[in-house]
Amino acid sequence: MSAKTSQRVAKTLSWVAGLSTLLLLFFLLFYVLWRGLPVLNLHFLLSNPESMGRSGGIFPTIVGTAALTLVAIVIAVPAGVGTAIYLTEYTQESTLTRLIRFGTDSLAGVPSIIFGLFGFVFFVITLKMSWSILAGGLTLAMMILPTVVRTSEEAIRAVPHDLRQASFALGATRWQMVTTVVLPGALPGIVTGIVLGIGRSIGETAAVILTAGSSLGLPTSLLSPVRTMAVHFYILAREGISDQAAWGTGAVLVVAVLLVNVVINWLIGRMVVRR
Amino acid sequence: MVRERIIRYLLLLVAFSALGSLALITLFIFKEGLPLIVKVGLWRFIFGSDWSPSRGSFGILSMIIGSLWVTTGALIFGVPLGVTVAIFTTEFAPPALTAAVRPLVQLLAGIPSVIYGFVGLTVLVPGIQRYLGGPGPSALAGAMVLAIMILPTIVSISEDSIRAVPREYRDGALALGATQWQTIWRVVVPAARSGIMTSVILGMGRAIGETMAVIMVVGNALAIPFSPLQSVTTLTSNIGLEMAYATGDHRRALFATGVVLFVIIMALSMSASAMSRRSTRR
Repeated sequence: MSAKTSQRVAKTLSWVAGLSTLLLLFFLLFYVLWRGLPVLNLHFLLSNPESMGRSGGIFPTIVGTAALTLVAIVIAVPAGVGTAIYLTEYTQESTLTRLIRFGTDSLAGVPSIIFGLFGFVFFVITLKMSWSILAGGLTLAMMILPTVVRTSEEAIRAVPHDLRQASFALGATRWQMVTTVVLPGALPGIVTGIVLGIGRSIGETAAVILTAGSSLGLPTSLLSPVRTMAVHFYILAREGISDQAAWGTGAVLVVAVLLVNVVINWLIGRMVVRR
Repeated sequence: MVRERIIRYLLLLVAFSALGSLALITLFIFKEGLPLIVKVGLWRFIFGSDWSPSRGSFGILSMIIGSLWVTTGALIFGVPLGVTVAIFTTEFAPPALTAAVRPLVQLLAGIPSVIYGFVGLTVLVPGIQRYLGGPGPSALAGAMVLAIMILPTIVSISEDSIRAVPREYRDGALALGATQWQTIWRVVVPAARSGIMTSVILGMGRAIGETMAVIMVVGNALAIPFSPLQSVTTLTSNIGLEMAYATGDHRRALFATGVVLFVIIMALSMSASAMSRRSTRR
């Protein structure tokens, strides 16, 4: 093949790869929405499931998803942002920071089924939380922690150094500098991490089914078992209870994921403009 | 000033949350799983091909081979596609298209794995059965679904490393009369090699660890597969399915399977970070 031909072939192939990936994504989204949107209505969203989810709605699973996500965020965000602040503002690169980074990176690679096994034996059994919002939320918090740490750290590092020095020059203590200069400047990036964490919590199944259970009742406390939308979708689909209700739930999941991504891109757009 | 010191110590404590989580996970997975491996014997546990919990026989060879099949398949489909997409967005695509493709590829990462699983089950599995034969649910179906799921990992990390190749490398090659493709293939890709390798290792980790999507498309038959059209069980799909009802030694055997999975993942994690350290040093 001459150099010119191979250039042309390579360019064509790369276009084919790029466009077919996009096509795949659109197919996936449209397929789920095409099967699921006709099922959706207010009744489906706001009423309780009947006969295992064969009919009725998915209200308790929406509540369950929201509750688990909230617990996960409330725990993971202070821990993750705190880690990022410590790494960027309170220490230099050292064996200690390398160790912390190793922990964060490795935790990010741990598969969700392992989190599920751990959450089950640790939170559910050892700490006697049984299948509950608390056990599931804590497990999810550990899962999304690395995401929050990484995005926060990146956002904090992007805050210009002059601002920090100006703050010190005005007599601010380190913590005052962090709260008045660094955190406000890094806010869009930090929120991006939080929203990514929300997205991951909403879609997670393997870890949640082992720690929060699959009870279809409405939760009454943090120690109530719940079924999330993703788990409901899985059970409906796998046990062949109702394809229709499954696709309806799937469409709600996909719409939630799309919303999350729209918010993230809007936030990233804001960050770029600010710099 | 006392307040400042308290805050410093609090932050230090918080900074250990991820490492502490990892340590706790390691401790409890091993505590639950290791005794059974000792009881059965490591060799018989890993190379035993009979998994009959009711008879107390625990060998995970067929699941290890199942995981190998779907993961290898996912890499065979996913790596060339992902690296080509990365080359497309960094080198060939017009800037406006690059700006659009990036967030869309990341959107793939946000779609829940159960959705991949069920779309795979309703679209891909019947397609395989009809056009390629076999029962439908198969290692091939698992590999194809996983290939799509690992695309975001491969594309984004390969993209970053291709972007990090200094401009002078390209300019030098082009000035010598190389075509754009010759420059990419002979200069840019080799220079970005360790980043691309990192993306492959991380993608592999994701593929081995994925559970729900795999459960739904591989069929979960407990036999050593000889063809990609055969149904397989993977390490993860067996844990995911049987944890629903397992007790006693059976449950411990699932944790022991988790130990094996965890060791594989940690080995991959460590080689990925060693690989990316090498690329940043250069």
